[in-house]
Amino acid sequence: MYVLETRKLTKRFGGLEALKEVDLQVKEGAIHSIIGPNGAGKTTLFNCVTGFYQPEEGDILLKGRLLNGLSPDRVARRGVARTYQNIRLFKNMTTVENILVGMHCHLKSGLLNGIIRDPGTMREEREAVAEALRLLRFMGLEGMGDMLAKNLPYGSQRRLEIARALASKPFLLLLDEPTAGMNPSETQDMVNLIRRLRDELGITILLIEHQMRVVMSISETITVLDYGAKICEGPPAAVQCDARVIEAYLGKGSVRDALAAASLQAAALSQAEPAAGPAS
Amino acid sequence: MSTRSSTVWKQAVRNGLIGGAVVVLLSLVGMVVAFSQRYIVSGLFTMGHVLLLAPLLLMGYSAARRAGTSSIGILLLSGALAGLVGGVVVAALVFIGQVVNLRAVLVSASPELYRTLAFGVPLPLGACIAPLAGLVAGAAGGVVSLVPSRYRNVILEPILIVLLLGLLRDLFVNMLLNWGWVGFLFRWLFAATGMSVIGAIVVLVVGGGLTFWREWRRQQAKRPPRPPQQQMVIRVVSIIILIVVLIFLPRILGTFFSEILDNVGLFVLMGLGLNIVVGLAGLLDMGYVAFYAIGAYVMGVLTSPELGFLGLSYWAAVPIALVGAALAGILLGLPVLKMRGDYLAIVTLGFGEIVRLVVGSDWLRPYLGGSQGIQLIAQPRIGPIVLNTQQELYYLILIGCLLAAFIAWRLKDSRIGRAWMAVREDEDVAQAMGINTVTTKLMAFAMGALFAGLSGTIFAAKLQSTYPHSFNVLVSINVLSLVIIGGMGSMPGVVVGALALMGLPDLLREFAEFRYLVYGALLVTMMLVRPEGLWPEARRRLELREE
Repeated sequence: MYVLETRKLTKRFGGLEALKEVDLQVKEGAIHSIIGPNGAGKTTLFNCVTGFYQPEEGDILLKGRLLNGLSPDRVARRGVARTYQNIRLFKNMTTVENILVGMHCHLKSGLLNGIIRDPGTMREEREAVAEALRLLRFMGLEGMGDMLAKNLPYGSQRRLEIARALASKPFLLLLDEPTAGMNPSETQDMVNLIRRLRDELGITILLIEHQMRVVMSISETITVLDYGAKICEGPPAAVQCDARVIEAYLGKGSVRDALAAASLQAAALSQAEPAAGPAS
Repeated sequence: MSTRSSTVWKQAVRNGLIGGAVVVLLSLVGMVVAFSQRYIVSGLFTMGHVLLLAPLLLMGYSAARRAGTSSIGILLLSGALAGLVGGVVVAALVFIGQVVNLRAVLVSASPELYRTLAFGVPLPLGACIAPLAGLVAGAAGGVVSLVPSRYRNVILEPILIVLLLGLLRDLFVNMLLNWGWVGFLFRWLFAATGMSVIGAIVVLVVGGGLTFWREWRRQQAKRPPRPPQQQMVIRVVSIIILIVVLIFLPRILGTFFSEILDNVGLFVLMGLGLNIVVGLAGLLDMGYVAFYAIGAYVMGVLTSPELGFLGLSYWAAVPIALVGAALAGILLGLPVLKMRGDYLAIVTLGFGEIVRLVVGSDWLRPYLGGSQGIQLIAQPRIGPIVLNTQQELYYLILIGCLLAAFIAWRLKDSRIGRAWMAVREDEDVAQAMGINTVTTKLMAFAMGALFAGLSGTIFAAKLQSTYPHSFNVLVSINVLSLVIIGGMGSMPGVVVGALALMGLPDLLREFAEFRYLVYGALLVTMMLVRPEGLWPEARRRLELREE
């Protein structure tokens, strides 16, 4: 069974078809990337999975159960968490408070409990704060717990967003361009972190990324979208060489030019070594 | 250099024109004459003089600041120039007023105004006083800009204290009269109106000295922070002092001022409720008065014998009124769940108006009393005692406020409080975190409505009656303003806001006529200068505490 599966998922905005019958299968414990040029429908796919958009056609299944029509809060309670392309933290709340909000669906105290602060609620709050601090340490945000989220440096804000997503103890994590705006060393840190999330916490990761180096080095499966349709899917080696993928990123003429360049190169090589016998 | 200095002078002239325009505005609106009745320092100057000269002083200060790093002489001159230009504008008004009958159009352009603007000196010489006074005021502003910023407080704070003492002279004299021999010690500070000259001088000197000492101490090498034990003791003692003051406040203030205090208290209670809706959950509710009305009317309907209904006692009716208000909160919340920002504001405004019109309607007259309202509402009894004086009702209001403050304080640091703040910050992301925004928003509305309803029941019992025109949109605007000016989300801020916006107009009768002008100006100024409010909310420190 797949952790996440979409069948002929279609999303339209008026006349624009943002997703065209997309079939996606994400295996459990995988690091699965979604790539494609800008406007291909990647974030739209995330929004459909998390319940922010309702698809026009098609099904979304989470561990075999239908996800269509659920509101975002119910999708979250099913174990799906996400981060955002442009960081969307709760700016005027502190780092710890942001993480505590992430834990919302695992805490139980209600309005009355909040007022009377019975021992059970107090214990729950204490444990929640301790857990939040543990997550802080795990993400390397120690010491920043009482800072307002808007005052954190950029890299820390990205990590806080992931910490907040992890707080809900998801089994599927959707990361939307986690390395945007990062230099090579920060990017490498992020790559290592993503691996740790899967290896240590057993979370399935679905990743939207633009940096090809990251995508190729970390993913087990890559799905390529272009103008809302899936044009290729497979392990990195296969996707890299696929003509349609190159065309989508670099334009139609480029395939012809690439082939021409390759054949020229091959001709040059064979002329340089006439003494070599028939190819062995 | 010459272009630079010409900009300095141009800036000074511009400042002066603005300052002059402000003074002219204040004069033509009528504030200057109205406030001239109130002496700050007896025999010397009135609040009217303050309104005349303060803008020119401020503009002088601003001009001097903008002159940047020029020499002292230039700074002072630029300030003086700004003040002079402002004064000339004022003198121009006086001259024009002699020739043209402005009073036909501008009611406040009276002979009395011109006399005040001429500082009592008969024209034509009197018209020259304003430019001269402006020159001095502007130069004074320049002097203030020269003082290093840490010691600026030494000048400003004592002056502000004198201003406050002079304005609120009636309140303080009343308090002193109630304090017997202790009050007698301080009687000489005040005169028949405003402070006495001696009193003002003493306060300036003593206040200046204390402020100087405080600032000087701050300049010393940082002292180590007090040990937590000592901090705890200080906090406990402060709280005890606060409680004692709160308990004895009606006795200290006397009857007239207790009435004002009660009014402030009712608005503090409402402010605490609106603080949850607007400050915590970010739901811009402009129809808050609806719940105030519902609380009052449920109390009226249930306890008044006039309409022939149940005749319950005050205490029996309160829970029902609270439930009614909370239900109304949920009813309001349901249709507006999908609305944000401006649309939410308009719809809630409409709801407030609906309630006002419904309770005053002829259609419901047999049940709600129509435009005459409901009379003979029961007052709270505790055994044989009926709470019907200002002082007694104060305690009821105090308990209500403390209860509301306690609940709001507890909820702020709870799971639901965080959910409210998350919805305020980014509703979509909050939903993606698993927060059910429907129930969260409804709970915010209900909680806010509950506090307003409680305030409404006390209001009805205090007046022993309730009229539909008491529940107009201005009440909603008042509560919203005091929450914003005090500091959104902050509870001490609500108290400060209520004192400033509801207490001061009652204490300063002259102010009441210009209340909304000042509100508007205050709101705009606060948003520009200090958007976090007069007493912003403090953030709880979760990480440090654990380590």
